[in-house]
Amino acid sequence: MSLIAQTFARLAAEGRKALIPFITAGDPDPAATLPLMRSLVAGGADIIELGVPFSDPMADGPTIQRASERALAKGMSLRKVLAVVREFRAENSTTPVVLMGYANPVEAYGIDLFACDAAAAGVDGVLIVDYPPEESIEFSAVLKREQLDPIFLLAPTSTESRFAEVAEAGSGYLYYVSLKGVTGSGNLDLDEVAARIPLIRSQVGMPVGVGFGIRDGVTAAKIARFADAVVIGSRIIEEIESGPPEQAPARVQAFLSGIRSAMDAVSQQGESR
Amino acid sequence: MQMQDLTYRLPDARGHFGPYGGVFVAETLMPALTELREAYAATQQDPEFRAEFEYELKHYVGRPSPIYHAKRWSGLLGGAQIYLKREDLNHTGAHKINNCIGQALLARRMGKPRVIAETGAGQHGVATATVAARYGMECVVYMGSEDIKRQAANVYRMKLLGAKVVPVESGSKTLKDALNEAMRDWVTNVGNTFYIIGTVAGPHPYPMMVRDFQSVIGTECLTQMPELAGRQPDAVIACVGGGSNAMGIFYPYIGRKEVKLIGVEASGFGIDSGKHSASLTLGRPGVLHGNRTYLLQNEDGQIIETHSISAGLDYPGVGPEHAWLKDSGRAEYVTITDDEALQAFHDLCRYEGIIPALESSHALAYAAKLAPTLATDQVLLVNLSGRGDKDMHTVAEKSGIQF
Repeated sequence: MSLIAQTFARLAAEGRKALIPFITAGDPDPAATLPLMRSLVAGGADIIELGVPFSDPMADGPTIQRASERALAKGMSLRKVLAVVREFRAENSTTPVVLMGYANPVEAYGIDLFACDAAAAGVDGVLIVDYPPEESIEFSAVLKREQLDPIFLLAPTSTESRFAEVAEAGSGYLYYVSLKGVTGSGNLDLDEVAARIPLIRSQVGMPVGVGFGIRDGVTAAKIARFADAVVIGSRIIEEIESGPPEQAPARVQAFLSGIRSAMDAVSQQGESR
Repeated sequence: MQMQDLTYRLPDARGHFGPYGGVFVAETLMPALTELREAYAATQQDPEFRAEFEYELKHYVGRPSPIYHAKRWSGLLGGAQIYLKREDLNHTGAHKINNCIGQALLARRMGKPRVIAETGAGQHGVATATVAARYGMECVVYMGSEDIKRQAANVYRMKLLGAKVVPVESGSKTLKDALNEAMRDWVTNVGNTFYIIGTVAGPHPYPMMVRDFQSVIGTECLTQMPELAGRQPDAVIACVGGGSNAMGIFYPYIGRKEVKLIGVEASGFGIDSGKHSASLTLGRPGVLHGNRTYLLQNEDGQIIETHSISAGLDYPGVGPEHAWLKDSGRAEYVTITDDEALQAFHDLCRYEGIIPALESSHALAYAAKLAPTLATDQVLLVNLSGRGDKDMHTVAEKSGIQF
């Protein structure tokens, strides 16, 4: 059983939902990432999504674009991202790490070598935004060979025929994009998400996380009622941006703890019902 | 007996040209691309759509565009005869309008009231704004803020035509970033919006669809060349940025193996300068903007900034079908520097009374290199893809002249 699957199994047994924060590796500089990952764990992260910066992040809103630009300006690369994961793994063997990014840096690295090095570094899952299942048959096979979970997206526009395709190709969990738009948008329609998730969960046979546009504990708690995981990215990056860099881990931890308590309150409520 | 290769049937059902092309987008757009693929396929079976497209090309664009024998210039170069396909004479002054008409008619059929586009120099933006005005559609054009500064006249043209021009401040603030931003708009407004991509790149079906709409250029040449020159050309030459004018003129000639196909990329300050846009010549395959193709990238797979004197060629990728034509050897890709293109620009002005676009000047410059090496009865066909009025400012500046 993969570390991601173990994590979801443990949370399910505890009646809790997963909190998955996202940060861009190398933002605001490469040395900042490891302390930020520690603060995410301290703030209650169950899984960490680590963004691999790319020059042309087409699916991202302005906040994550800025984070990518800052990271690249400081020389961040996929090789260095893997080095950070290796350091993190040396001190933490329980929190799964999922790399999230775009196809080109991975292809430039070479997909076989990438899968091999990522597994050796302690990466648990990989989500490539511009690799839909039909274009990543070989890539998914390579990941699975290295015991890495290929993670795919579903969106509000996805038809039911795609649920099965994604269920077939992916493992670990499925990432439901909660809105039509880019990361960090403000047009989240909770009712629509609430209506879609049970349908998707019943068909994909793996945990479903929800992300894009989740900015506060109230929304996270609402989503935690029907999803298996809540993903928060842009809002955390805003926290990193909002003050002196050396205090960013403390700010991030405080913010995430608030989300964690809001979500756990719901879980306990849910159990008592 | 000479066999003609009539087996060229690309892309495949999933949009692949060999290893290139495909559909590399986030999940949110996948259903929209399926919808587009199906709607486009339906028009292929529909004679009414074809008739409407042809009517518009004839009466609105002014097609067929003529072919002109550049006798005086050919004579001065002292070799092969150069013929020019006059896409510069189209409404809006370039080949871009052919594709915009096709996509706008498709958008109307699909019931999408809003169109968006990316633009670099502003030519595709102007063509999109033009068709949006013509068909009564809302139009938003994304343009890098750097390009907006360099192309003030085209920005004003788009506004006159009723389009909203949105400055893009991310990344290098040029064409590739405008494309990223247009994709982000499309993801957000996918229900009511049609994205009119201006070149033979992007996710399937765009490379195929844009090629098909632009192939009117080459199809006309197939009948015009025998009428004018008594035969088909020995070589067809076109500039390649994204590559839509080149695919448009190449495509009908792919099966005619006796005709050489030559694409001309921009080598900017020179192939060794690091300041160029020669994706096929110096790039490596990768994934950007929805397709796999040759890309200018660093060793970490980050897309690098490009340069060309011609904004329309200033792009780090290239259409996936060109990548395939290069690898298969069916087409040859060469490069021309800023200075060589400028020389050809001035020569065509002075010897033929035609002011060419700086993009097209790259194709002209290669023809001027090649012609003297060939016999006087050989024939080169150059796609004169646009007129140079938009480039007055750039050329004057290069010559140290201020308006």
